[in-house]
Amino acid sequence: MTKIKTLADLRRIKEEVQSKIKLRENSNHPEQLVQVKVGMATCGIASGAKDTMKYFVDELEQQAIDAVVTQTGCMGYCYAEPTVEVTLPGKDSVVFGYVNKEKAEEIIDVYIKRGELIDGVIPLSFKTIDD
Amino acid sequence: MTDYKIHLLICGGTGCKAAESDEIKKQLKHWIEEVGLEDEAQVVFTGCFGFCEKGPIVKVLPDNTFYVGVTPADAEDIVKEHLIKGRTVPRLLYKDPITNQQISDSKGMDFYKKQTRIALRNCGFINPESIDEYISRDGYAAMGKCLTEYSPEETIKEIKESGLRGRGGGGFPTGLKWEITRKSEADQKYVVCNADEGDPGAFMDRSILEGDPHSVIEAMAICGYCIGADKGLVYIRAEYPLAIERLKTALNQAREYGLLGDDILGTGFNFEIEIRLGAGAFVCGEETALIHSMEGLRGEPTFKPPFPSVSGYLGKPTNVNNVETFANIPVIINKGASWFNKIGTENSKGTKVFALAGKINNVGLIEVPMGTTLREVIYDIGGGIKDGKGFKSVQTGGPSGGCLTKDFLDTPIDYDNLLAAGSMMGSGGMIVMDEGDCMVGIAKFYLEFTLEESCGKCSPCRIGNKRLYEILEKITNGNGEEVDIERLKLLSNVIKDTSLCGLGQTSPNPVLSTILNFEDEYLAHVNEKKCPSGQCKALLKYDIIEDLCTGCTLCFRNCPVGAITGERRQPHYIDQLLCIKCGVCYEKCKFNAIKLS
Amino acid sequence: MDTILLTIDNKPVVVKKGITILEAASSTGVHIPTLCHMKLDDLNIENRPGGCRICVVEVEGRRNLAPACCTEVADGMVINSHSIRVINARQTVLELILSDHPADCLICAKSGKCDLQDMAHHLGIREIHYKGEQSTYREDTSPAIIRDVDKCIMCRRCEMMCNEVQTVGVLSAINRGFNAVVSPAFEMNLDHSVCTYCGQCVAVCPTGALTEVDQTAHVVRALSDSSKTVIVQTAPAVRAALGEEFDMDPGTLVTGKLAAALRRLGFDYVFDTDFAADLTIMEEGTEMLNRLSRFLEGDKSVKLPILTSCCPAWVKFFEHQFPQLKDIPSTARSPQQMFGSIAKTYFAEKMGIKREDLVVVSIMPCVAKKYECGRDEFKVNDNPDVDYAITTRELAGLIKLANINFSRLPNEEFDLPLGESTGAGVIFGTTGGVIEAAVRTAYELYTKKPLPKLDFNELRGMDGIRQATIDFGGFPLKIGIAHGLGNARKLLAKIESGESEFHAIEIMSCPGGCIGGGGQPYHHGNAEILKKRQMAIYQEDSNKKIRKSHENPYIIQLYEEFLGKPMSEKAHHLLHTQYFDRTSGSSH
Repeated sequence: MTKIKTLADLRRIKEEVQSKIKLRENSNHPEQLVQVKVGMATCGIASGAKDTMKYFVDELEQQAIDAVVTQTGCMGYCYAEPTVEVTLPGKDSVVFGYVNKEKAEEIIDVYIKRGELIDGVIPLSFKTIDD
Repeated sequence: MTDYKIHLLICGGTGCKAAESDEIKKQLKHWIEEVGLEDEAQVVFTGCFGFCEKGPIVKVLPDNTFYVGVTPADAEDIVKEHLIKGRTVPRLLYKDPITNQQISDSKGMDFYKKQTRIALRNCGFINPESIDEYISRDGYAAMGKCLTEYSPEETIKEIKESGLRGRGGGGFPTGLKWEITRKSEADQKYVVCNADEGDPGAFMDRSILEGDPHSVIEAMAICGYCIGADKGLVYIRAEYPLAIERLKTALNQAREYGLLGDDILGTGFNFEIEIRLGAGAFVCGEETALIHSMEGLRGEPTFKPPFPSVSGYLGKPTNVNNVETFANIPVIINKGASWFNKIGTENSKGTKVFALAGKINNVGLIEVPMGTTLREVIYDIGGGIKDGKGFKSVQTGGPSGGCLTKDFLDTPIDYDNLLAAGSMMGSGGMIVMDEGDCMVGIAKFYLEFTLEESCGKCSPCRIGNKRLYEILEKITNGNGEEVDIERLKLLSNVIKDTSLCGLGQTSPNPVLSTILNFEDEYLAHVNEKKCPSGQCKALLKYDIIEDLCTGCTLCFRNCPVGAITGERRQPHYIDQLLCIKCGVCYEKCKFNAIKLS
Repeated sequence: MDTILLTIDNKPVVVKKGITILEAASSTGVHIPTLCHMKLDDLNIENRPGGCRICVVEVEGRRNLAPACCTEVADGMVINSHSIRVINARQTVLELILSDHPADCLICAKSGKCDLQDMAHHLGIREIHYKGEQSTYREDTSPAIIRDVDKCIMCRRCEMMCNEVQTVGVLSAINRGFNAVVSPAFEMNLDHSVCTYCGQCVAVCPTGALTEVDQTAHVVRALSDSSKTVIVQTAPAVRAALGEEFDMDPGTLVTGKLAAALRRLGFDYVFDTDFAADLTIMEEGTEMLNRLSRFLEGDKSVKLPILTSCCPAWVKFFEHQFPQLKDIPSTARSPQQMFGSIAKTYFAEKMGIKREDLVVVSIMPCVAKKYECGRDEFKVNDNPDVDYAITTRELAGLIKLANINFSRLPNEEFDLPLGESTGAGVIFGTTGGVIEAAVRTAYELYTKKPLPKLDFNELRGMDGIRQATIDFGGFPLKIGIAHGLGNARKLLAKIESGESEFHAIEIMSCPGGCIGGGGQPYHHGNAEILKKRQMAIYQEDSNKKIRKSHENPYIIQLYEEFLGKPMSEKAHHLLHTQYFDRTSGSSH
């Protein structure tokens, strides 16, 4: 890692990362660059998020789906852990709850591959600082 | 790949399910097929939208129309009017209770979104182990702004104007604390982050550190810049291994980028952060006890003044803030005090994170603007009480707080209102109790916690809480007298009046607030030897209803203490003196002949 | 001086800025009761944890009550020290403390001298409304101190003494909540810890939680055994404090009455440890001069400074904490042990008493002396040189038990030969005294000239660490003095680092020296008492005809008849000892 020596350096990094994300979001190839975020805070891990994440990584690779699987912190829906957010290119992200292996399989088959929503979507019920 | 153009989202939360959302889904599907839209429109269940009082809810995408109070009979209209003709169904739209206007929720209105995430802005969005992702969401921009554009005084002024108050429980104005520490003259000062979260059921700080550690690091550096400290310490309990790991990773990344260390962003400002592990003593959340623990001494509080801002860690001026307080700082700097102080109530600005738990459907981590009512939190966000039971009480403020009744459901949550209601904000634990919870038992539960966690330094807390506990035990065992309730009150007040630190000064609150709000339950225990909620085992009584007993002898054969007698095919009888109230007979009886009272 | 105006109990008062409410109240004659608080002025010792909550007062504008001992006064403060709210709070808090305290006052060692008992009386407690479980702990008996922590009220005075003043670090609060108690780590026994038995914890304990091992019953049994000859020695500091137990003013010298009382108790011979103190000076002084002259001759193997070794707690302290320095202290035994050794050899032979038929009892201001007389080095065939060491307090108990009207006793003399002493022996009882006594003798032996003046005021006082340079006939002898083991530690650290320039250092474990010993009548936090005892010691010295140890005729006789000369082989065998590294394993 190179040092950030000035405010300009900091802004440059911010823009670089943001443009990468935009590129992904605006992609016109639906099956490319699917983004999967798994809630991996203590609560999620306790409910099996590690297995869920491993399943997504393995399965998406095996099915040759171009996806980025990352971890993230607590989304707040403790009652529905493990929680997973899926962003298909060009679409709003969708959060799924109670994602065990079976549910993960369904998400890949139905939502990621076919773009159909499945039961159990968690509506985002909060405002962000940018709203 | 199927490409549905329209999505109908039906709330599948517990409340809405109870209100026939299954049937609504069926009907919607039916009408969609009827009009031949099955390849265009998809119907799916979602988790709870919140807003349960107005359920069942159907949301139509992509135009974000939000229908409330939907019945199965409305399915036809939704499909035929909205889907076919593109017209909303006005009678199903939400009416703003104040303006009485119908709202269709074009995106951005978000009237049903009761939460606003400031402290949790990045939790669940970014990879907490990626500093780049943090930077992409304005991370370290606030620090950069302070170091290059603001003087420490200007930064403190901004924090003061934001109205931010300490989120650890006390609610002391953060900007003022920083100012006092800035004004304390010393060769060395410290910034301490209190991550010794200890309320039962609370995990706000852990989630922030696990989900967005950089926000705390950035805020600590800003604080260091303001007060004139080049050293920060995070005091975190060893029971939070993942939070510690993520924090360590974040610290290393920040160091590698030069966002911690010497000459940060070429401004000449130096700042470093160390982690100190605590052994998980609740009292170490008290700032003087925390500091002593970091110094390697027994974690117990000392008398204030001197306050840590004057003489803290190693006798040097030390600014102690908790995790959530810090997490708010970068946003205040980035968006400005005037943005922040528009949120909340007059004396409590911004938002508060709560760990919502207990007998509630949507147990979770939530963040609401100050001024949100308890009702909104419990019903609209929490999805109401589990298993359709009735609400009895909500406990805020952890072991220091109190239990509030339904009379307080419409109280806007802020520091002053909760205090006035006999509870307190605390660090953000919020536990909901239903009608099946015994309030004497609840008071006993919290006191048991305090008893375990008191450091034992001062007499009223060490011995007084034990005696309170013993009296409560006496009451729940059916040996209480009316004078015991009076004694609880008298002793509680002396403990509050004389204890050394906040722990003891607030420990009787659960007792006092339950006596205040649920005195009838205490009286029932004491006078009638009855636990109205059936929770106090010693007060339960199992009886056999003669008319229903068939004399099958199943209870007789299963009773572990031989308390049941009776002839085959004759009604049996329970000897109350021998009964240990284990409930086996109650479970085994196939004829509902055992009565519990 | 900055002053501020405040109101205490409706009266306007002007007080110094920066003081506490407790001090402000006291300066205007308002008594606020305290329990955990203790302040020894001039000794820089203060215990102020703010834990007992007895001293709470009402301060207008404050939500809760304020502890007077910790709360600083502020301009315009309105204080109510005895409102109904305050009295109710104090009574309730005390009731709580009593509810977790054994009610065995009638048979408690501390009965009548117990601060908690006094407080219950003062606050008029007649009933305990909040009864419940009482904490129970294993009683911990060591050779010198008994810990009965069922009686601990968590005042933390002992902890402060052990950690801050003595820097021994044995006692500290452990456990949480109701189970919190002051104890050695892991609730280990004191005799497995690095405890020095200095007894300062006992000296400040407000209740019966910490007491000395009471050996009066053994003494009574020995006295009633006609086959035994029972002799007694009494330490210098005892005579300056014993009177307090009989309602005499602090600082009253009771030497004559003490001898009379001991005689009436039935001791066959009433001797004086001061005699042995003179003997100590002969040995220690000679050793010091030897080391000094070899050092001055350029002998590199000689280690300086020489440290005194009279104090058993100090000896145990350096054996645990600074074993690498164990060849620096003088090898001279303490006066108690020199006395026992001479009594069971010289005296026994002289009187024709068999060793096993002679019982030596010592009256000491000290609890560590109980431990010292049990050390293996001080036994011959398992028979100790000193059989029982009892404290000043235990002696007072014996006198009361024997129905002796102490204040009406005539002044009597000690018996001879082991009862004759000089002023030098007497001042062993206070900080600075041992080294002053040594200087008086060493000066004359070294310079072969009589001292121009016997009072070395530069060595006296109450400062924790003192230093002085004495002109030894042209040679500047640099002397250091420390009392309190924390102060001793500071000097030892300097010796270790090579910074120390001292030739000789006197160390006493207890603040004030033996006059403030752990076995003395309780001072209840009043440092004036210690100062008065110190004055009494110097008064006794100046009253003496002979004030230099080497001029004690019976010491001269002892060397002529028995020992030969100081540091002779016999003297070495009987009057010197060795030290052990106690850093590993058990401490005794």
